[in-house]
Amino acid sequence: MFLAALIACGISGVLILIRIVLGKTTFDRVLAVNSLGTIIVIGIALHGFYSDRPEFLDIAIVYALINFIGTVAVLKLFSTGSLGELKK
Amino acid sequence: MDLVLDITTGICFFIGSLSIIIGACGLIKLPDVFSRIHAAGMIDTGGTAFFVLGMIFQTGWSLITVKLILIGVFIFFTSPVTSHVTANLARKSNLMPVGKKIGKLL
Repeated sequence: MFLAALIACGISGVLILIRIVLGKTTFDRVLAVNSLGTIIVIGIALHGFYSDRPEFLDIAIVYALINFIGTVAVLKLFSTGSLGELKK
Repeated sequence: MDLVLDITTGICFFIGSLSIIIGACGLIKLPDVFSRIHAAGMIDTGGTAFFVLGMIFQTGWSLITVKLILIGVFIFFTSPVTSHVTANLARKSNLMPVGKKIGKLL
């Protein structure tokens, strides 16, 4: 059951990688990378249950946090050209 | 009781797998950024919610359940923020949706 769910995560991950390679604009690629990160979070949790070591859930929590912050930071860097100005 | 929980987990995993595969196919097939956001939101809400629910049925009450609920709540609240930021910046950089050539409404 966990193996079938892991195979489904792998299939959709490969399909999203096709969109990352083919994507026309930057927003397509950022959106696809965010979805790939979500699928990787689910895959880490499922692999922890599949191999009877649920401690992998800590890594999944940290991956979800880094995924959100990375996506917003890349979008801000792409739109404004910097990650924030230093005050003088 | 164990068999009932296994069947419930299987149904939840089936719906979640169907949701993420449909979302990935839509991310390839749909023609535009603004419509691909719909497919990405389907992966984030449907897939994550049903996978987390299935894994919660498999564990019972322990610390693992709290961590699973934490993952589910966090992705549930950050996915609309990411979609909104992406759509807002795509609109500000003069991308039009497909089929709105005149484009005064959006």
